[in-house]
Amino acid sequence: MTELEKHSYDVVVIGAGGAGLRAAIEARLAGKKTAIISKSLFGKAHTVMAEGGAAAAMGNVNSKDNWMVHFRDTMRGGKFLNNFRMAELHAKEAPDRVWELETYGALFDRTPDGRISQRNFGGHEYPRLAHVGDRTGLELIRTLQQKIVSLQQEDGGDDRLRVFAECTVTDLLLDGSRIAGAVGYYRETGEFVLFETPAIVLATGGVGKSYKVTSNSWEYTGDGHALALRAGATLINMEFLQFHPTGMVWPPSVKGILVTESVRGDGGVLKNSDGKRFMFDYVPDVFRKQYAETEEEADRWYTDPDNNRRPPELLPRDEVARAINAEVKAGRGTPAGGVYLDIASRRPAEYILKRLPSMYHQFKELADVDITEAPMEIGPTCHYVMGGVEVDPDTAAAGGTVEGLFAAGEVSGGMHGSNRLGGNSLSDLLVFGKRAGEYAALYVDRLGSRPAAPAAAVDAAVEAALAPLVRENGENPFDVWSDLQQVMQDLVGIIRRKSELEESLKLLVDLKERIGKVSAPGGRRFNPGWHLAIDLRNMVLVSECTARAALEREESRGGHTREDFPQMDAKWRQVNLVCSVGQAGEVELVRKPVPTIRPELLALFELSELKKYMTDEELAMLGDASAESTGRPGQPAKDGE
Amino acid sequence: MGSVRKFRVWRGDAAGGRLEDFSVEVNEGEVVLDIIHRLQATQAPDLAVRWNCKAGKCGSCSMEINGKPGLGCMTRMSVFADGETVTVTPLRTFPVIRDLVTDVSFNYVKAREMPAFAPPADLKPGEYRMKQVDVERSQEFRKCIECFLCQNTCHVIRDHDDNKPAFAGPRFFIRAAELDMHPLDARGDRKETAVDEQGLGYCNITKCCTEVCPEHIKITDNAIIPLKERVVDRRYDPLVWLGSKIFRRTA
Repeated sequence: MTELEKHSYDVVVIGAGGAGLRAAIEARLAGKKTAIISKSLFGKAHTVMAEGGAAAAMGNVNSKDNWMVHFRDTMRGGKFLNNFRMAELHAKEAPDRVWELETYGALFDRTPDGRISQRNFGGHEYPRLAHVGDRTGLELIRTLQQKIVSLQQEDGGDDRLRVFAECTVTDLLLDGSRIAGAVGYYRETGEFVLFETPAIVLATGGVGKSYKVTSNSWEYTGDGHALALRAGATLINMEFLQFHPTGMVWPPSVKGILVTESVRGDGGVLKNSDGKRFMFDYVPDVFRKQYAETEEEADRWYTDPDNNRRPPELLPRDEVARAINAEVKAGRGTPAGGVYLDIASRRPAEYILKRLPSMYHQFKELADVDITEAPMEIGPTCHYVMGGVEVDPDTAAAGGTVEGLFAAGEVSGGMHGSNRLGGNSLSDLLVFGKRAGEYAALYVDRLGSRPAAPAAAVDAAVEAALAPLVRENGENPFDVWSDLQQVMQDLVGIIRRKSELEESLKLLVDLKERIGKVSAPGGRRFNPGWHLAIDLRNMVLVSECTARAALEREESRGGHTREDFPQMDAKWRQVNLVCSVGQAGEVELVRKPVPTIRPELLALFELSELKKYMTDEELAMLGDASAESTGRPGQPAKDGE
Repeated sequence: MGSVRKFRVWRGDAAGGRLEDFSVEVNEGEVVLDIIHRLQATQAPDLAVRWNCKAGKCGSCSMEINGKPGLGCMTRMSVFADGETVTVTPLRTFPVIRDLVTDVSFNYVKAREMPAFAPPADLKPGEYRMKQVDVERSQEFRKCIECFLCQNTCHVIRDHDDNKPAFAGPRFFIRAAELDMHPLDARGDRKETAVDEQGLGYCNITKCCTEVCPEHIKITDNAIIPLKERVVDRRYDPLVWLGSKIFRRTA
């Protein structure tokens, strides 16, 4: 075997964002010797970019809120394709996960009576997002980081809980079908490291770096998705990508950087180049009842939400992104190709500065725009992948053939269905991060014999990772990356069609071949070209899953819009698209049924709403079931737990 | 729209290095980090630099630009004159790993030495009640993105490696102040810790840290000076100390 640094752990968490840190805390609290592998420095993960807040039905601002309303909003937002059990667990457990953060030292903004304040956000019926100004993600990551430090202090060192910073995992190791370890390299030195472990939690985030315009950081190269696939796990619904409606579009260098949805939650409106507030023209039938029809009603809602309906600017993100896309396409866009987001003309400067300090700062310093005086120019940006590792909803264990692999946060799939509501990501990573850590620890407890990492696999992993360094006269990885981004942006972007998706799959085959031949000169110490060459393998594999699934799903739903199939189709709501990787590394895609929602959860919805999503056969069966169980649809069931 | 500009970038490692000259395209609205990325993509694929968010939120791309500590992602090219050569060097206070990447582990060691938040024993999760006005003081310090520019610029350690063991630096003084002002932190010795264990006494209030803070945290005025003043109060006036124990504010 190659000589390399070796460590032995009970649980290894790959990824040091919110989900990874929460998982690691839980595994350590369960008594397991735990490692956290972070691709960046500790505390820099993409979670810091989350602005708006963490959705949790604490009912602090509007006491009518509860888990059932949150569950209902989440299912609506995901167009009923969500794994209902995940959505249920998430809605029930989010408040406890947020309150727990206060015991770690988090300081959320407060209500007048001293509780955690909650703000309005798209798709949420009541003010629900625990927040700290518009830097909630930073508060979350710092709080979890500091909790980890406090556990290390309790332990008198980092023997039981250790962070491996700037370390990238390239391969998972299997003993038969069981997880046996992981191989990675330190970015600083280029030296390899072996982690022997029976349980791995993937918490690597998303895939956005395969797109040209994205809000995602460099780490978002689909590492966890690809590691899972290669270890025999499955990915579900990779066609669903969220294009956040409001990314910066000017100046060019910041194109894609996020403008928080809170701007709209706090009163900002979208206008086209004619000055028209256009979102009223884009309210789809399924949401008609919940959204205002006039500007007057919409404006009253901010102060009197009980007697008025919500402004259409607060529709779920997929709807708003498509509307902006349509306005620009119709020639009513701004010079830089976006639309205007205006809060300056609607709220006093002091209010904007208090509620949106980091947005003020971002526009002032990056675009030289004062958002208290002028509108922002914004447009859709690739933000979040709803699809991901197929997991058991209760234990976060990965599906497919592998044992000992868990996934939480953005890398996992199912929770958000076809579209994620803002604020549901921070709560998701807390709820399922905790569960992943807990059940990974339990898996280790129940393990008979400890799996052993085969030496040959370690050697192969090291050799594959080193290949771009030793190969001469290959292509520059940055050039290939740029081409990959262009293919995904142009052909597998916000609006898709059959011919383009077919074209993308051909081009991805070429790209895969080119990626196999790149070279990265310059040695092993902190060499970004080499790091990118390794990441590209993951990006192209995951991109292929997205393109394959996007071609297969012949309907439009949430984060998947087909120009050639513009309608949502109730038959497709029953279908999950599941990707795996075959013997020769080829992507295989199968259809699997979506789990049937329990009757008492369905009873939270009015029948007229279910009709928009379900087939006639399903509705007929539903009539039978509800007659014998919970009575009338539309009446919230009692929480039985 | 683009023009060609001159860049000088420090290349090397712990064994030594030198400034390397580049001519590189610069477009309207770009920041220094964009130019570093263009150099990577077109001329020097192995040019080492840290970055994550590219929006001033993660504090990864700290560097020295024409000798001034700053974030590469928040330094716009328009602040330089057309013919001006832009010189980019790594943070001086920390050992170089490669090119613009330095070993900032000093800061993580100091973080582990800082006593953690102590939750109040009598409150369960969900029972915390605090007034907005009382959390705001600590919230200012929690804006910190850990870019370590304050640590880098602080003259106590910038050219004095020998002070490093005894001195935690401005980033951890604001952490001490944050916990000191936290309405529910159960420890009452944050100020004493700052003096006895963090080396607060080394600071002679030159405000360099405040000047470089990209989050505009008033490190000196709002954290360091109050910590120093209150330490004086407490040490010389046992009644003040006793009072603060008895009348702990419960919002």
